[in-house]
Amino acid sequence: MIIIGELINASRKAIKAAIEARDAAAIQKVAKDQADAGADYIDVNAGIFVGREPEYLKWLVETVQQVTDKPCAIDSPDPEAIQAAMTVHQGTPMINSISLEKDRYEKLMPIIAGTDMKVIALCMSDAGMPQTVDDRMKIADELVNGLLKNNVSIENIFVDPLVQPVSVDNTFGMEFVNTIETVINTFAGIHTACGLSNISYGLPARKFMNQTFMVMAIAKGLDGAIMNPLDQKMMAHILAAEALAGRDNFCMAYLKAYRAGMFES
Amino acid sequence: MSIQDIFNAVLAFDAETAKAKTQEELDAGTDVETILNDGLIGAMDEVGERFSAGDLFVPEMLVAAQAMKAGLEILKPHLASGQSRSKGTVVIGTVKGDLHDIGKNLVAMMMEGAGFDVVDVGVDIDSESFVKTAAEKDADVIALSALLTTTMPAMEATVKAVKEAGMTVKTIIGGAPVTQAFSDQIGADGYSADAPGAVKLIKEIIA
Repeated sequence: MIIIGELINASRKAIKAAIEARDAAAIQKVAKDQADAGADYIDVNAGIFVGREPEYLKWLVETVQQVTDKPCAIDSPDPEAIQAAMTVHQGTPMINSISLEKDRYEKLMPIIAGTDMKVIALCMSDAGMPQTVDDRMKIADELVNGLLKNNVSIENIFVDPLVQPVSVDNTFGMEFVNTIETVINTFAGIHTACGLSNISYGLPARKFMNQTFMVMAIAKGLDGAIMNPLDQKMMAHILAAEALAGRDNFCMAYLKAYRAGMFES
Repeated sequence: MSIQDIFNAVLAFDAETAKAKTQEELDAGTDVETILNDGLIGAMDEVGERFSAGDLFVPEMLVAAQAMKAGLEILKPHLASGQSRSKGTVVIGTVKGDLHDIGKNLVAMMMEGAGFDVVDVGVDIDSESFVKTAAEKDADVIALSALLTTTMPAMEATVKAVKEAGMTVKTIIGGAPVTQAFSDQIGADGYSADAPGAVKLIKEIIA
């Protein structure tokens, strides 16, 4: 599982305060904790700072990479902010995210085209939120082919089929996981990723729902997650699900995690 | 047999019973407005209270609204004859650049359940369209939704456009990144954190 640590997001109060105070130590602790917990990418988001996003995003990337070798997932729809962040980024970043929304697509494609960057391709278009597998595959098809035409290689693309809450429509869980399966079967070598906590919106005991949904999505082939890597229970569910899905050779990762105490409590 | 049975049926998420009990009350000659306000709308008010308190959840709110609507269908033919039952008109939509509709739909549903006329203009709606629709429908309130931090400025633009058009219609805002402070900052007439709260809010500001 490719884990994109989601905690450095300015819509979280503590992060907003740390950015405003230019408190590098606070940001670096969150970055390092996530990297130590198994994050492959450290997401950085300064979206709430209208007008100052480029400056803050750049500072976040610099600050994070002072304490970890992990690449960042640059989380913005604004080409200016992404480019500012890229001037200081070391290694190959991930762009979170392009979509089929016309404005976003046209602004981000020139930045991504012909590069080796990873990119999350969100199944959303100007026609609204997709509901079914077919809705999502229509968007995925255009997005993926658009990226391929622009010389982005398939193994750098992470399709996010877009999680919608099962509390408002009981088909939303299966339509999502079935899209994961269809994407993988349609585009050989592609990845999938998502932030899945939206599945439990409107319901109690959300963590329990989120963990169960993660397991279901992994069973269908999900191999990327935008999540909190410090959530040990979720990490334990991922390890077990990957072993069960046959993606953990001789259950080595599972056993290693067991010896590290991941399954206690 | 009483209006309380209708109220209870909605709170039990039981559309069939809500319908049957509404019919019984009608047949018994109970005043239509009383059935509507004390039975069906009263029940949705209670659903809203329980939701805001964390005792009911989104799916239950949806099913309760279905039960309420089932009862309302029975009443509709009897409401048409010149009785002004609407408590006001709300134009609701998600602002320009934002396609999220779930929160907006929940708010629209609860406002309908409270007896307001709701004009849902959809998602990705620019200021001009909000202003135009509100004028056409002689709306009392424009309700704006946004889920993205990046589309919050579109709320500000819409609130400003309403003021510049010299309209008296009130503006309210909501959505995950929105706060009371933001509402104050952009000069909206109110903010609510959830759907039942939005109903209470519009009752207050257009009273």
